[in-house]
Amino acid sequence: MYVYLVRRLISTLPVMVVVGLFVFSLLYLAPGDPAALIAGDLATADDIAKIRDKLGLNEPFLARFAEWSWDLAHGDLGVSIFSNLPVARLIGQRIEPTLALAATTMLFAVTLAVPMGILAAWKAGTWVDRLIMGFAVLGFSFPVFVSAYLLIYGFSIRLEWLPVEGYTPLRVGLGPFLANLALPSVALGSIYMALIARITRTSVLEVLSEDYIRTAHAKGLPAFRVLVGHALKNAGVPIVTVIGLGIGLLIGGVVITESVFGIPGVGRLTVDAILARDYPVIQGVILVFSGVYVLVNLLVDLSYVFIDPRIRY
Amino acid sequence: MTDATPAATEVDEHGSESVDLAGFVRRNPTVTLGSILLLAILLVAVFAPLLASGDPQALNPIQRLRPPSAEHWFGTDMYGRDVFTRTIHGSRISLVVGSLVALISVGFGLVIGLVAGYLRVVDGIVMRVMDGLMAIPDILLAIALMALFRASVTNVVIAVTVPQVPRVVRLVRAVVLTIRERPYIEAAQSIGTRFRRILTKHLLPNTIAPLIVQATYTGAAAVLTEAGLSFLGAGTPPNIPSWGNMMAEGRTYFQVAVWILLFPGMFLAITVLAVNLLGDGLRDALDPRLRRRL
Repeated sequence: MYVYLVRRLISTLPVMVVVGLFVFSLLYLAPGDPAALIAGDLATADDIAKIRDKLGLNEPFLARFAEWSWDLAHGDLGVSIFSNLPVARLIGQRIEPTLALAATTMLFAVTLAVPMGILAAWKAGTWVDRLIMGFAVLGFSFPVFVSAYLLIYGFSIRLEWLPVEGYTPLRVGLGPFLANLALPSVALGSIYMALIARITRTSVLEVLSEDYIRTAHAKGLPAFRVLVGHALKNAGVPIVTVIGLGIGLLIGGVVITESVFGIPGVGRLTVDAILARDYPVIQGVILVFSGVYVLVNLLVDLSYVFIDPRIRY
Repeated sequence: MTDATPAATEVDEHGSESVDLAGFVRRNPTVTLGSILLLAILLVAVFAPLLASGDPQALNPIQRLRPPSAEHWFGTDMYGRDVFTRTIHGSRISLVVGSLVALISVGFGLVIGLVAGYLRVVDGIVMRVMDGLMAIPDILLAIALMALFRASVTNVVIAVTVPQVPRVVRLVRAVVLTIRERPYIEAAQSIGTRFRRILTKHLLPNTIAPLIVQATYTGAAAVLTEAGLSFLGAGTPPNIPSWGNMMAEGRTYFQVAVWILLFPGMFLAITVLAVNLLGDGLRDALDPRLRRRL
């Protein structure tokens, strides 16, 4: 197990190096001269040359990449071109709403999707199955911003049940916190939910044809216990894998969702940075998000041991 | 557009040759529904100038923010432009980006995947690069690339293609890895068959079925990513009507003029739904093992 853990940890390194190289090249290839930007309109060519020198912009690519990685390893993500604040601090300030949104979305999606998938597999071929899977294909096809505006139109503008946009931290109160996050979570969660429901159905269906399921039925276990205790338990690995891989979709969706609902999180920071072409911030956000993706999938891999004791590393 | 071709012709063939169109429809309801929807959108895109003869960019300040009516079926936006005309014309960019990205990423992915799967020397490096690219969420990777380029349709296609290539590479490589140890490949090698011939005659044909399915899903993902990019203001330039652009522009007026957002949004969702249905149907049709379980 420990050998595997170490090997698996090491295997994330090349992935992060590739991400790092890509992200660094982004700044390296970015049009415009950061030195000229920093120096301002009144600077002479001499001033700009001095700043270039000071920033180390005249060094070769690999030397700059090495230096940048060294800073990165020390938690230095660079400085925003526009606000002049460290990128790490900018992300830190915005992380809470994003984590809250991701948590409520995952909770919503997983708690609904898994029972949906089990039910569809159990009733495979019937109208219940078709209804659930039809719903899943719909959820898969509605872009976050389309479902978001449909939800806002229905629940905020017509019914006036929920706020149109904004964010309230949890410490202010659970009610307003959930009221603000309800629509974003549903809009963002529908794709994720569809993905998980589909894989749950497929993997439970596969397990349902096993002999031990027939045995469980034959010895008189109630259907619920067969489905959850036997079928779901054995179908767990692919489901958890998709939950991990789906994090990528979730992160992409967060960027759009926060923009639609005016949630002041990392996603909004990203959009603002793109519009302002604030490359250090774009870099930092991509690095952090990719790091989260790699980390979650690492945890998913390790969780196999707990889900299925037959798997040993 | 290419997404539609295989299924569309399939329907025709079954209809004219075996006369068992009803049987085909009954056996493949999702393929049928998906191809009909996609064909409809394709026709809309091709005949956009005939369906909506007005100029999608024509301003009409007197007729601003009018709700849907007999004159303006989908209403008008904040500059008085006709939302129906713009939505109809917007189908073009979505279908062009969707099909181009599907074609190009399958092309690149196929070549890289075949080589990586067959030549162990390059496999390690290629797959680490692919893993790295896959670790960056699609839309962020596309955004990052768009931040480097000038906004244009070509650049949108490139930016949307890059995140899709690794998925195709993985798929092709996986197929190659399961086949390369088979005796007939060994036999081909032992009689001195050239590398290129093994790739094209033995490995390539086995990848075609899963690739067709992957291509449809890639097309759907590309349509979504293009719309997402445009919605965030980092995609198709604003002088070309695209569903994402229209929704981005309509955002501020959402509470007073929901139609500016609603119609392009619905068209977008229906297009993606059509392609996904087609992909699901093709997957079931091409993988009989999965089908029997249904």
